[in-house]
Amino acid sequence: MSAKEYRTASSARGGLLTVANVPNIAFGDRVHIRDQQGNTRNGQVIRSSDEEVLIQVFEGTSELDLESTWVRFLDEPVEIALSPEILGRIFNGLGEPRDYRPPIVSSLRRSISAAAFNPAARTYPKEFIQTGISTIDGLNSLVRGQKLPIFSASGLPHNRLAAQIVRQAKLPDDDSRFSVVFAAMGVSYADARFFQEEFASSGVLGNVVMFVNMADDPPVERLTLPRMALTAAEYLAFDLDRHVLVVMTDMTHYAEALREVATAKGDVPARKGYPGYLYSDLAEIYERSGRIKDRHGSITLVPVLSMPSDDITHPIPDLTGYITEGQIVLSRELHNQGIYPPVHISPSLSRLMKDGIGKDFTREDHPHVSNQLYALYARALETRNLASIIGADELSTRDRRYLEFADAFESRFVRQSEDEDRSIEETLNLAWDLLSTFPPQALTRVNETEIAKYHRQSV
Amino acid sequence: MNTTSNKKGKIKDINGPIVTIELPGVQNGEQVRIGSLGLYGEVISLEGNEALAQIYESTEMVRPGEPVEGLGHPLSVELGPGLIGGIFDGVQRPLEAMFLKAGDQIPRGLSPLPLDRDKVWHFVPSENLEPNMPIINGAVLGRVQETETVEHRILVPPNISGQLIELAPEGDYHLEESIGQVRDQQGEIHHLKLYHRWPVRRPRPYQSRDNGVEPLITGQRILDTFFPLLKGSKCAVPGPFGAGKTVVQHQVARWANADIVIYVGCGERGNELVDVLDSFPKLKDPYTGRPLMDRTLLIANTSNMPVVAREASIYVGITIAEYYRDQGYDVVMLADSTSRWAEALREVSGRLGQMPVEEGYPAYLASRLAAFYERAGRVDTMDSGKGSVTLIGAVSPPGGDFSEPVTSHTKEIIQTFWALSKELADARHYPAIDWVDSFSADVSTAAEWWHENIDREWEKRRSQALGMLARDAELSRIVNLVGPEALSSAQRWVLEGAALIKEGVLQQSALDPVDTFSSPEKQFMLLDLILSVYDAGADLIELGVPVQELSEMSVLARLRRCKELYDSNQTDQLKAFREEALNDFKEIHSEYAQRGEQPA
Ligand SMILES: Nc1ncnc2c1ncn2[C@@H]1O[C@H](COP(=O)(O)OP(=O)(O)OP(=O)(O)O)[C@@H](O)[C@H]1O
Ligand SMILES: [Mg+2]
Repeated sequence: MSAKEYRTASSARGGLLTVANVPNIAFGDRVHIRDQQGNTRNGQVIRSSDEEVLIQVFEGTSELDLESTWVRFLDEPVEIALSPEILGRIFNGLGEPRDYRPPIVSSLRRSISAAAFNPAARTYPKEFIQTGISTIDGLNSLVRGQKLPIFSASGLPHNRLAAQIVRQAKLPDDDSRFSVVFAAMGVSYADARFFQEEFASSGVLGNVVMFVNMADDPPVERLTLPRMALTAAEYLAFDLDRHVLVVMTDMTHYAEALREVATAKGDVPARKGYPGYLYSDLAEIYERSGRIKDRHGSITLVPVLSMPSDDITHPIPDLTGYITEGQIVLSRELHNQGIYPPVHISPSLSRLMKDGIGKDFTREDHPHVSNQLYALYARALETRNLASIIGADELSTRDRRYLEFADAFESRFVRQSEDEDRSIEETLNLAWDLLSTFPPQALTRVNETEIAKYHRQSV
Repeated sequence: MNTTSNKKGKIKDINGPIVTIELPGVQNGEQVRIGSLGLYGEVISLEGNEALAQIYESTEMVRPGEPVEGLGHPLSVELGPGLIGGIFDGVQRPLEAMFLKAGDQIPRGLSPLPLDRDKVWHFVPSENLEPNMPIINGAVLGRVQETETVEHRILVPPNISGQLIELAPEGDYHLEESIGQVRDQQGEIHHLKLYHRWPVRRPRPYQSRDNGVEPLITGQRILDTFFPLLKGSKCAVPGPFGAGKTVVQHQVARWANADIVIYVGCGERGNELVDVLDSFPKLKDPYTGRPLMDRTLLIANTSNMPVVAREASIYVGITIAEYYRDQGYDVVMLADSTSRWAEALREVSGRLGQMPVEEGYPAYLASRLAAFYERAGRVDTMDSGKGSVTLIGAVSPPGGDFSEPVTSHTKEIIQTFWALSKELADARHYPAIDWVDSFSADVSTAAEWWHENIDREWEKRRSQALGMLARDAELSRIVNLVGPEALSSAQRWVLEGAALIKEGVLQQSALDPVDTFSSPEKQFMLLDLILSVYDAGADLIELGVPVQELSEMSVLARLRRCKELYDSNQTDQLKAFREEALNDFKEIHSEYAQRGEQPA
């Protein structure tokens, strides 16, 4: 760490500070900025030439004056100190404790912007995780190492759902060596407290590392926070062999912070003012989940994001969907009908489900049952639409059966209580209860053997 | 490579992946290594003493003043045996070797050679060649069995021709050993090896272009039967996230009747490449019975890898594709996704301060796209053979909006358009290819092939099915306005028929072991069967049979399942079922015909 401080700041705009006449400074270097009150702010070099450097100041540049601003270059990238002691601790977006306990002391420090995993080093995620939630386990199964976001919107119970997943998630065989990394960006005190109490009451607190940035904390710290959290997760997963579930909320606040900084830097905007590199930037975060050859641990990532104006085509959910391995979409309509969890299955998807379910993993009928429910529900929603135009009385008996199916599906399969932990067996049996309201010949996605075995008219 | 004659200079400015360097004498497009780590990059513009370079690796902790070296050549790939079955990054670094050498993450500044120098190959010289014969560039010097399926033809490099002075005898050779000598017109002697290098941004030469003549058979019914693609043609697969672009491309990579498949994961997920690496060695090529990996090559620049190498990755892919084309092969190259490539262009142009024209994209987006797709085609090779590169690019429009720049420019370039729809995907109608928005400009050429090889009725049946799907859309609109009661029996039978086409022909599960591949014979038989059933039903409705009675026939449920009950070899069983099904209709027919004859 160099002791020399420079007082050659030449401009301060937005969160950006320019410093002239400095020796060759490394791109990405960490910076300490001392302001006129003697308070230290943190920053990072985002452009460096032999004439001047551009520094992104995490706490912002307001109230800095160029004359009495002192800049010190630490000659190290943004890093996090790692040791098993991080479990049970709470940090901010810079990796500093926010639980009034001493900082982590460790000789192991890692840069938070890790190099990309070599695709040849990955193994394909295949192990089914039972969350106890029928719409997920039955229709959009989560597997160990997957990145599966929750697309939500303001006022919807995404936090409760995320907490239920953390509480209930288990592998049918073992759930030892399980840890949670929780990353909160721009959240309210109420939400932060909710999660903390949740972790405490379910007894996992000692296995959780929390990284928290409140709504009134500096937005720029939201940019380093998920990277801190994932570096910690990688350490737990690949150094300590743990299966890590990373929950991140709310990625929308992250993206907004990125937009703020990009605008200050003058980056060319692509859509809705978000920079063109939002996709790559989000991918750097999301792609850090997965499984690695010859490593015992894994990183399963469940980011939560709110869709601005409930719009799934907004750049944040859109680009996320293009990167993640599916999405669980919550619906305001179901929520307003009092259905929890309000998972709208049609736009929901799990891309890694195909290899984690079926004969050797869950049950042999699982893939077909899932398909069949999807097909019936799609048809049922069309019918409901038709009924709203021409009236339910005008429907044929066949169509009325679909209408009844839609209602039963939502109230029995989708709806479950917050402490209801359904086994995959229960979920699939429930599915057959619903499928059996149709005659076997109407079920063309399940095969004849499965019908003979599970259809209520056959048994 | 790092000879003292290389140009030396230093770094002036680092702006993410764009670095200003001072390197006198450097050429535009030249490869450079920068900083003490020796990161690889490429010069993209020159101004006075300074040059701008785009760097393929992260520039974190690099400083101004660090050294720079010019390598004297543009971004090039190694072309020779050992490519097939491999996985390379966007600038052709061998990822498998890097993993063994450097572990889980890709380290910076490391650049093992793409092709294995220790491996020996058994070379068999071409019989028709003798010393002192004139020899042209692109001529086949000899052969090497690269994998069990691929015979690698060793070519005289495109920039060398003259007189063959020496040709090595049959035997085992390393890549760096000389297997022949050519004296060019200037009298210079070139030692030829089993491999050569070629700059990726320059198309490889060929004698002449030719028209596509036969369809690429992908084993996917909606593609082959409804929106055929010719070998050597260009195709785009646009669709919103999760609609099935990658699955379509994986399916083509698996089942297409191509000699060589090059799959470029351009800014997409790491796990999707692992999926290919895991599953292809276990799957058999339906035409040769050999493991699919024996004809497949992967280029991987995943979404989290540096964005500049992403821009390069599709050129690396297409250059390797052209190289196998020049050996006389039919090559399919899949790029998933060209939108991520365009975004890489956008990012670089943004950093250069170039004027954006639409959604931040530079003005040259359209011409770059066109020039890239133009490298597809069927050609007469320099060696007077026929080879082709078929190019299939996924497009990922923001918000699924096809009017955005990348989709709309691409649409003007390509011949076949497989449009994926969110509505179909949400209803789990897979592949979610929209039969209204999709098109193929090559139906009539494909028809000649189908008529000759499969059935003369192909084009007729295809049109009939598309016609029914169009009627179905129309009639469904009416139903949604006034209810199903408004339709006549014949019209309701059209809805039933269209549903049969959708479920029995169009929908095809990539996950079902039988349904995943349909031979052309099976494709036509299924289509013909369903349309014959529809026709038979339509006759009955004219006789007064209630549509209800037909809809409830148990044979229809079976008909929907035929695709997964009979595989492509079980055409006899499919024929038997056809007899059975049509018999059921005949029986009703005779029943009603008798009733009709009886006096009331
Ligand atoms: N033919 C098919 N058969 C079975 N499942 C399919 C088929 N096509 C698509 N799917 C399902 O749809 C999912 C999404 O498909 P895919 O990953 O190809 O989407 P995509 O368009 O490439 O999305 P993105 O743009 O986000 O990469 C798959 O994981 C699979 O579950
Ligand atoms: Mg995809």
